[in-house]
Amino acid sequence: MVARIRLGAQMAAVAAVAGLLALLVWKLAHQTEPARGVAPGFTLPLIDRSGEVDLAAFRGRAVVLNFWASWCIPCKEEAPRLQAAARRWATRGVVVLGIDSQDFRGDARRFARRYSLTYPLVHDGPGKTRARYGVTGFPETFFIDRRGNIVGEHIQGPVSDRQLDENIKLALRA
Amino acid sequence: MSRTFLGALVLSLALSVCAPASASERHPTLAELERELVCPTCQTTLDQSDSPIARRMKQYIAGRIAAGDTKSEIKEKLVEQFGQGVLSEPPRHGFALLAWALPLLGAGAAALALGALGWHWSRTRGPVGVGTAAAPASLPPQLERRVDEELARFDG
Repeated sequence: MVARIRLGAQMAAVAAVAGLLALLVWKLAHQTEPARGVAPGFTLPLIDRSGEVDLAAFRGRAVVLNFWASWCIPCKEEAPRLQAAARRWATRGVVVLGIDSQDFRGDARRFARRYSLTYPLVHDGPGKTRARYGVTGFPETFFIDRRGNIVGEHIQGPVSDRQLDENIKLALRA
Repeated sequence: MSRTFLGALVLSLALSVCAPASASERHPTLAELERELVCPTCQTTLDQSDSPIARRMKQYIAGRIAAGDTKSEIKEKLVEQFGQGVLSEPPRHGFALLAWALPLLGAGAAALALGALGWHWSRTRGPVGVGTAAAPASLPPQLERRVDEELARFDG
């Protein structure tokens, strides 16, 4: 009886350690991996007015998904480029969507006003959507095609006009 | 008399514990809030971080303290912006209560298991006494004969 209890306790301890190790490996393997394939869905609140944005609502259009924060210096550099691209491609069925993460909503609003951003900006305060996309820093940009798949380059750092145009064309073709 | 004295002692002890906590709730300091809140980008407490968002959060907290907000109000506002992950300790209510309860339950279960194991072990081993655990009940005949011979020689 004692031997059986001891064996059971040993097996439980080994299983617990194995479980913790598996969790650690899974976390290490997934924390820096950017999203691929079908773009993870989300519904997030707008930063400048009431209401929410659901990614699924943009199905049938190409989406430029940009993760940013108001305290991020390179985000200031790319903001005018994203705004220009949003205007340039609007009539071709392209949407630029900014996800402000790990930031104060008020700071994000001030940032949007300062750079005259008119494309939709949503707030991901807890960073859950950022984590699902495997975003490790700001800014980062993904391109999503009309069917909701991530295509083209995953850009870490400020996006250039060339990168925007090339990847948008790819997203429209796919 | 002694009962009154004991009551007063308990009351003063309770007050000595509760009063600072209440003062800290009403008039929090930046230093204590920096220890109780986490920088969302670096996952360390604010007092150990100098990242841009940590600096901004410290500035925000200082502003809220100056405006007269309580500790809970400041934390609530930051949770609203950054989620529960901004707290260095999980809250003691709702689902997060599990984070506090599970280690205690685990420790309790382990103590119970050890107790049951010890109890079972002590029962199966039988009474401890001279000759019961140390020596076997009977010796092989050859060895017994030799022991008798040795004892006889010793006595003789």
